[in-house]
Amino acid sequence: MLNYELTEEQKEIRELCRRLAEEKIKPYSQEWDEANKMPEEVFKVFAQSDLFSLCIPEEYGGMGGGLLDLCIATEEISRIDGGVAASYAASFLGMFPILLFGTEEQKKKYLPRLAAGESIAAFGLTEPEAGSDAAAVKTTARKEGKFYILNGTKHFITNGGVADIYTIIAVTDKKRGPRGMSAFIVEKGTEGFEFGKKEDKMGIRASATRELIFNEARVPDENLLGGREGSGFIVTMKTFDQSRPGVAAQAVGIAQGALEMAAKYAHQREQFGRKISSFQGIQWMLADMAAKIEAARALVYAVARMVDRGGKNSGPASAAAKLFASDTAMEVATQAVQIFGGYGYMKEYGIEKFMRDAKITQIYEGTNQIQKEIIALDLIKRYTK
Amino acid sequence: MRIIVSIKQVPDTTEVRVDPETNTLIREGVESIINPFDMYAIEEAVRLKEKHGAETIVITMGPPQAESALREALALGIDKAIHITDRAFAGSDTWATSYILAQAIKKIGEYDLIICGKQASDGDTAQVGPGMAAHLDLPQIAYVKKIEEISQEKKMIVAERLVEDGFETLKAPLPCLITVVKEINEPRLPSLRGKMRAKKAEIVKWNKDAIGVEEDKIGLRGSPTQVVKIFTPPQKKGGEIWQGEPEELGARLAKELKKYL
Amino acid sequence: MSTLRVIKEKCAGCGICVKVCPVSAITMVEKKAVINLDKCTLCGACISACKFDAIVREKEEKARRQDVSAYKGVWVFAEQREGKIAPVVYELLAKARQLADDLGTYVGAVFLGYNIKETAKELIWRGTDKVFLVEDEKLANYVAESYSRTIIHLVNKYKPEIFLAGATSCGRSLISRIAVKLYTGLTADCTGLDIDRERRILIQTRPAFGGNIMAQIISPDFRPQMATVRHKVMPEAKADRSRQGEIITEKVEKSLVESAVEFLRFVKEEGSGVNLAEADIIVSGGRGLGKPENFSLIRELAEVLGGAVGASRAAVDAGWIPYSHQVGQTGRTVCPKIYIACGISGQIQHLVGMQSSKIIVAINKDPDAPIFKVASYGLVGDLFKIIPVLIKNLKEAGIK
Repeated sequence: MLNYELTEEQKEIRELCRRLAEEKIKPYSQEWDEANKMPEEVFKVFAQSDLFSLCIPEEYGGMGGGLLDLCIATEEISRIDGGVAASYAASFLGMFPILLFGTEEQKKKYLPRLAAGESIAAFGLTEPEAGSDAAAVKTTARKEGKFYILNGTKHFITNGGVADIYTIIAVTDKKRGPRGMSAFIVEKGTEGFEFGKKEDKMGIRASATRELIFNEARVPDENLLGGREGSGFIVTMKTFDQSRPGVAAQAVGIAQGALEMAAKYAHQREQFGRKISSFQGIQWMLADMAAKIEAARALVYAVARMVDRGGKNSGPASAAAKLFASDTAMEVATQAVQIFGGYGYMKEYGIEKFMRDAKITQIYEGTNQIQKEIIALDLIKRYTK
Repeated sequence: MRIIVSIKQVPDTTEVRVDPETNTLIREGVESIINPFDMYAIEEAVRLKEKHGAETIVITMGPPQAESALREALALGIDKAIHITDRAFAGSDTWATSYILAQAIKKIGEYDLIICGKQASDGDTAQVGPGMAAHLDLPQIAYVKKIEEISQEKKMIVAERLVEDGFETLKAPLPCLITVVKEINEPRLPSLRGKMRAKKAEIVKWNKDAIGVEEDKIGLRGSPTQVVKIFTPPQKKGGEIWQGEPEELGARLAKELKKYL
Repeated sequence: MSTLRVIKEKCAGCGICVKVCPVSAITMVEKKAVINLDKCTLCGACISACKFDAIVREKEEKARRQDVSAYKGVWVFAEQREGKIAPVVYELLAKARQLADDLGTYVGAVFLGYNIKETAKELIWRGTDKVFLVEDEKLANYVAESYSRTIIHLVNKYKPEIFLAGATSCGRSLISRIAVKLYTGLTADCTGLDIDRERRILIQTRPAFGGNIMAQIISPDFRPQMATVRHKVMPEAKADRSRQGEIITEKVEKSLVESAVEFLRFVKEEGSGVNLAEADIIVSGGRGLGKPENFSLIRELAEVLGGAVGASRAAVDAGWIPYSHQVGQTGRTVCPKIYIACGISGQIQHLVGMQSSKIIVAINKDPDAPIFKVASYGLVGDLFKIIPVLIKNLKEAGIK
């Protein structure tokens, strides 16, 4: 509906991603969902089209550009399959810590590989006992000579097992609480680093979610992110600030895909001698869905632009975007299934997948409850002076 | 190694439909695309570039809007583009078209391989590729489904050619012209960098004087064939539509089919 | 330079030409059609569509003319592989006979190969008056250059006015090369060939734009008038073993049969079942099958009917069945007696490949599927339920 004043490059990104999604993802989306399969071959196509080089500066082999570019790409892919988009976006989640906090050597070593799509990344924070309570991380990292020895388990990690490069948050100094956590770059194949079972998820099944198991894992000390202990917490917070608009964009895409399917269906389905799209009740449902999606999109793009322009304190805006967009996606997807009626409940028609995919956007990368915390705390800070 | 790819911009026939009132084809708002078979030609050229470091050039003969097809090819990885365009070329049939393209290729000079798509989806004749080979006196292998081997030092190419009931393997010296079929590869999507590069690229334009053609061999004037009439074929009338229980439908159809068996 | 012109006084401003133009070269300016000559490809679709004859082609004299009166005879390229004549040749001979009779001339066949002399009489049985036979080891397998040079030599020697060939992998690539070398007109994939008796020329009718339009083409000033025809488009000539004709063994110079291209080998396609191109009955499956395993249903029905298995592009792209089974614009064109489309929506690219089938049956649960517009019998329903019932009934009726 709105004109977002995208640059030529951003329009090209949208067009390319849409084409890629329609041609290379749509025909197989249902099959991957059923088989719980992450389609590694599709990521080769992403790589070849330079889609992994977004946000990474040119000096490290990327195309430069900013968060809005990534949001557009993620949104277009989500419109067709939220699961493929989840894996795509999660690689950036694993990449941002290195981009934002890595030493020059670390950036030179890992970013070019990621930009070329030769490897994908993952972010390892969440543990069985540390979900919303990110500070409750128990994975430890003790220094031994030129290595850090990691012990512990991460779970629910998107791209777990498939990624080559993992940014892991572990405790280096228990006594210092949240400031005692550090970030490490751990490569697949590191001695003592293994993968646990692949999760059987409700949705986004085209992305692989696994446990990461560290059992006396030997990580070279040059992989301590930023070369400094104690930055784990800030790395996490700043990384999520960058990635949150991406999740919001995923939600917008899922909602958009669901809306389009529902509108098309409403125009084909006839009951009581007329197309159901001629009933005001359906029209109003579609209108509400469309308006909310537009609002979500506008908010996401505005936040992405703010981050790209170096806006200060983008955290709460970012949280608002994620909160609103994900709630919108869930609502729109549910309404879309409703518009499909009985057919909506049948897997064959594909719309129920959007509802299953939408749900995760309200949960991961900070549950919506945590998002509300962020927004509320900022409000209170601002208005109690 | 230098490879020339010859492409054509065509209307997207998947969008075309017939107006039931006037019984004419409606092409309003129909997009122009690169001829589908030419996408495979472009992809093969890019693969050869990646494998052998070949220099790739894409050419097309077409009106000014055909430039966008050339830019699309550049976005896919082709190095250079040449737009052969002149109002005098309009109306050329396949003889004149292959003549003009051959003249342009002569002007390019040295090359090892010319790759064309098997046929264009608007004309569907599959004549221009072999026609070019004839004008240039080149060996040709048509309907190539796989390049088994190609060597600039040995100046030869071995290719598998698709025939009705299998395939033939042929060996030809370079330079040579091949036309390719869909089985040969899976065309890639453009890359973002490619698209940016293509946008800024300078495309060489050659008109009839630039390439040097004999006036009486181009355009309608030079074409041995002429179109005297275009009409829409009578729409195949739909027959009967049956609805009902599967048991009923299956039995009824079996009975009908039996009449023809 | 040729051009198209709008006669303003005749233009009624109806706008049909705007819609019909394939390159969007026409716009309405103050209710009159204006042609943008930069975009115009001179295809003439607007001329045909205009009900008011308001668009004319400014004719230009053809640059070259040949003395066409010296050319007589209707020739057919008798394609063969390993001594066996391609079935399309018999269809061409039937048409050649008709054309020759209309013109009052003879039917010739060009037969190239090695150790094929015994087979030449089959051409005579099917209607050839004179077989021009060239045998050489180097002609044993089709290679474009040697076949091209040899045929050009014969054409220049005997001057046939019409030359027909099958639109096969060999025929199309060979004849295109010959037509250019001879500087003559060639029309590919003709669905209609007739004689304009007044002008004594060949009228060639063929589809374009994926079969959405038909074009009528002539090449009055050039000889021979060349055309290719696809297999199963025209009827076959019957064999009359009592028929008499001449076999003229032509000796050609060694240089003609030399070729820089070397034929290495032919590999026959491994494929079970009936060849799609030859099949009289085809059962095709599309996206509606849902998964690859369900092609077994299509195969079963095909087997019961003694037919071949086809597929839509969607099924092939999804990897459910090999490309060799694909019917459509970028696949095979087929013309069977019966075509049964199961779970195929009937997009134009598919229709293009099968719409000339005699009987089309469509089974699809979507009543709005475009395939129903061309189906002789359209069954709206669940193919998974209907096909087993159909198979059962066919078996009970004693079919296969």
